This record gives sequence, structure tokens and C-alpha cells, in this order.
Amino acid sequence: MSVKKVHDKQPDTFEFTKENLVLAENILNKYPKERKKSAVMPLLYLAQNQNDNWIPLAALKYIGKFLSMPYINVYEIATFYSMYNLSPVGKYFVQVCTTTPCLLRGANEIVKACQKKISKNENTISENGMCSWTEVECLGACVNAPMMQVNRDYYEDLSKNNIEKILDSFMQDDPIKPGSFRNRKSSAPENSKINGNGINNA
Amino acid sequence: MLKQEDRIFKNLYNDLGSSLNDSFKRDDWSNTKELISKGKEWIINEVKLSELRGRGGAGFPTGVKWSFAPKKVGSRPHYLIINADESEPGTCKDRDIMRFEPQKLIEGCLITAYAVNAHKCYIYIRGEYTKEGEYLQKAIDEAYEKNLIGKNACNSGWDLDIYIHYGAGAYICGEETALLESLEGNKGQPRLKPPFPALVGLYGCPTIVNNVETIAVVPTILRRGAKWFASLGRPKNTGTKIFCISGNVNKPCNVEEEMGISLKDLIEKHAGGVIGGWENLQAVIPGGSSMPLIPKASCDTLKMDFDSLVAEKSGLGTAGVIVINKDQDILKCMARIARFYKHESCGQCTPCREGSGWMWRILERAAKGEATHKDIDLLSDVTKQIEGHTICAFGEGSAWPVQGLLRHFRKEIDARCYSEPIIKKRKNIPYLVDQHLLEK
Repeated sequence: MSVKKVHDKQPDTFEFTKENLVLAENILNKYPKERKKSAVMPLLYLAQNQNDNWIPLAALKYIGKFLSMPYINVYEIATFYSMYNLSPVGKYFVQVCTTTPCLLRGANEIVKACQKKISKNENTISENGMCSWTEVECLGACVNAPMMQVNRDYYEDLSKNNIEKILDSFMQDDPIKPGSFRNRKSSAPENSKINGNGINNA
Repeated sequence: MLKQEDRIFKNLYNDLGSSLNDSFKRDDWSNTKELISKGKEWIINEVKLSELRGRGGAGFPTGVKWSFAPKKVGSRPHYLIINADESEPGTCKDRDIMRFEPQKLIEGCLITAYAVNAHKCYIYIRGEYTKEGEYLQKAIDEAYEKNLIGKNACNSGWDLDIYIHYGAGAYICGEETALLESLEGNKGQPRLKPPFPALVGLYGCPTIVNNVETIAVVPTILRRGAKWFASLGRPKNTGTKIFCISGNVNKPCNVEEEMGISLKDLIEKHAGGVIGGWENLQAVIPGGSSMPLIPKASCDTLKMDFDSLVAEKSGLGTAGVIVINKDQDILKCMARIARFYKHESCGQCTPCREGSGWMWRILERAAKGEATHKDIDLLSDVTKQIEGHTICAFGEGSAWPVQGLLRHFRKEIDARCYSEPIIKKRKNIPYLVDQHLLEK
């Protein structure tokens, strides 16, 4: 469970755009008709995407009505799951994995760089409004540690030598290409020989 | 070492391309209709004979699980759920299957769905894997286009629809009943078992929940025969497995290997050896963070399969091997794992909700050398109070790593935590567990 702050300045109303209403209907079709409630998680994502990567309380009420479920149940979901942001985040939302496999390979350096380049504290938007950062638990790319997720992309095989350059690119609104920063091919061992079949023979 | 031709995931590193046409070249979908025409019983029996055990952590025999589903569909439809909520620290194998071998998973879904009488399949992917979900959705769309799934899939007469559902950053949703709760639109809090999902699962209907890797190997097992699969590894621990080797090794990587490969071979031949050499090894966590660590002394001869690791009082889990060398502070590493469990506890059962934070606080103190010798006994007691007293296995998952640490590194911890308790006389505040904090 994560501790979350609800933003103090809330918009009065929220509704899905026309395009998102179509998407919402498509989402509803995935689940049995009498089980509309199942769509609450995808709809929260939809609201988050529509509203600059955070969900206002008005959206929770709107989704509650949309799915005929009590507001408090939607609120409960939005606070239980850590990926729903209830207060604004930077245009580039940097999530640094610091769980043990990343820690062993120097995730602390990545955190230090974030403190230096973005903001001293987690979940605080940088002065130029571009970035905010937070520590997260295992993101499931442990063989490419240390790594971080920026919005939807994974930045892997980071080191203290290149992290500041990468963070600068977000601060200047000119994001660098995601992927491995040691030129590794996905999760293959580095510099492995390629045999006749074109398969990495580890 | 596993022979090239025995590899199931030939495209684990995306050297051969992951599109449908590329997958055809690797024999995916080559005779699915024929396999399905052999009947449900044959499929389940073949999987039983192969002795395939679930790849998601618990290692339950897959064929046996499938046979728990009702043989005839009653008033309630059956569901197949694929657990792709890969969140165990040290594990990143399902990610590669979804990115690079999606057709193996989709074909496995069709065969399994047929075997357990399901027409609907949900794939529950962790929310962070948005990109992986997109790759998989693309692969699903390709399969629909070629009528490999959908109405009368592969001309087999079976209908199957596959939907992707994203999680949102809760580790506990990898537990099968928590996953079902989450899919129903609730908080991901595990259910009491029994009833097991095979009888009462999603929306109260019979449901089979399997890990991505388990389902993705099924088509190959049926195609090459249960005997072939059972010939790899040793009895009850058969087949191949994707190992994820992370931490202090020279070349961290994912690699598919035969079950029962020695840990030393795995680390030295595939992962380029421990940083600083084998002698610099301190401990290994063999199966994702929930499994107790194994000290160097036992690592020399260790075989990586379910039963060998249980004999070492640990477990294969998800086969996420985390290597820790002597440059690391083992206490700090374990304190960080305890923090992970504190963060991810769903809060439903008191022993876990309170205990996971308690273990973390004591370990943090111990790592800084601020704990007292009494604290460590207390820590040991807390782990015992959590273990076995919770609804789901998260309790064990959080307590076992700490127990493993205490079992193997007690001397090192005691050497660091020798001070006397600050408050020698306990104040009479029975509910205050952290009495030493009063004086600070």
C-alpha cells in the first residue's frame, strides 16, 4: 500500500473527451455486461492520460457514475494501486527502481543524480516544471539494472557516468532514446558470440 | 549445458524477429489443429506426464491443476487467466516472452483454454509493462487476423477471445486470488482458500490461473512429446527454465537452461562470473527475493531445481538469481528487501501489515549498527509470528528472507548489534513495540 497525497487544488468537473468515450466503450466490451466494475482500472488510466498524468477527484466521481459504483470504491482503488497519481507530476515522470537487484548495481547514484538535477525531494516538480522523480519498487528489468522508467519507457543499464546527461535531456524537453545505455541487446549477456543459427550462444 | 535444439525460447534475445511470420519459422502454430483434435484428456495427460511444474513461483504440477477444473461446463462459464504480473525482485523472464515470443504464449492460451473448457482468456500484465503489453496486443491482433484465435480458432471448432488487463503497480496482484479480485475491479487483496479458483474463481466461475512461462512452453511440450520434456532435468524437476541472473555478476542476463544446472555453471558460463571472482561471492538469493538466501559455502555444489533448493531450506521460486558479492553489505541488501515487503503488503492481515514494517525497522537499525542484541531475537520472533498466520503466501515471502539471513549470518549481525537496550527497564506501555524510540 502506498501513502498518497491528494492535490489541494482540484478542478470542479471532469468528463471524458469524445475520443476517450469511444475507448471507454471498447474497454467495457472486454468484460461481461453485468460486471462493469472490472473496467474501473483501465478507466482510471484513461482519465490519468487525459489529465496530464494525474487523476483529479472529479474524475473518480465521474468514473463512479459511469460504472454505477460508489465513489468511495473508486477512491479505494485509486489509492490502493501505486500507479494512479492523485497529484500532478512532471511532464517527464522519472521513476527510479531502488529494490535490491538495482541497489546492488548502484541505484543510489541514480537517486543522487535525480536529487541534483531535478529536485531535492521526491514527488516535487522541478523548478522549470519539466520533471519530477520518485523511488519505486522493482520494475521487472533486473538483469538490466540499474534502471528507471520515464513515463512509459524503460531506461536500462544506467551508470553514474551517463545518468546526468540523460536527466538533462528531459529537463530540456528533448528526451533521449530509451533502451540499454551499454548497447546491450535486450537481456542477452554482453559481448556474447553469435553462432551459425544467429542465436546468442550465451 | 542445454543443447541448442532443446531450447524452447529460441528468440529470447530477439535475434530472429518476433512477428507472426518469424514465429511460423520457429514452428509456432504448425499443427495446433491436430494437437487440439487429440482431445482434452490427451492434452492434460501429456502435460501431467511431462511433469511440468508451474513457473510462477509455487511449482505446482500444471497438469494436476488443470484437472481440477470441472469436466463439463455447467451454468457458469470457465475462464483462463494468464498471470503476467511479474513483480518479484530479480525476475524479468515473462517480459522477454511477451516481447519476443508472444506467439508461443498465445498458442499456449488456445490449447490450455480448450483443455480447461474456457472461451475467454484474460492476460493480467503489470501496469509498468505498457510497452510489453503493446507488443503482445499487436501479436494478438495478428493472430486474430489469421484466425488463429477468435471464432473457430485454427479451424479447431473452438472459440477463444483473449483480452489484456493492466495492473497498476501492486506486487500482491501476482497472488492468484488477489489477481482475480483486481480483475473484478476491487483492491488486490487475496481471498481465503478453499474454495480454490479452479472451482470458484473469477466472477465465481471455475478459473485456471497460470504463469506466462508455464503456458508458453505447453505447445512445444505437446509437439515434441512429454517424454522429451521429461528427459531434461531429473524426475519431478523436468524441462527447461529461464533463469534471470542479476546483481554482482560481470554479465547479468536471462538464459534458458536445463532444470538442475549447477549454480556455479549458471553464473560462470552464462553470466560471466561473480564480480571479483568466485571467491568474492558472499551469498545468492536463488529464486526471487521471497526465497531465503544461500551462503557461499553451499553455492559451490548447488543444483538449481525445485527439490534441491528445498533441501537447502530455500526454493527455486521464479528462478530470479540475485548474486551478492563480498563488496556488499548483506544487512543493507536484506533491509531493502524488507522495505519492499513493507511497501507491498496489502494490509489485509495484521501479522503481515504490522510485521513487515517492524522487520524493516529493525533491519534498518541493525544495518546502521544501532540495534541491540535483544533486537535480533525479537526480529527472529517477529518472522515466526508472521509465517503461517496470514491468508496468502506473502507472509512467508516476507519472513523467509529474514529467517535465511538470521540462519546464515547471525554471527555478522551479532558482531554489529552488541549494545545494551537503551531502556533497560521496560516502561509499562504494553502496546508500544518500539520502546527504545522514546528516548531519542
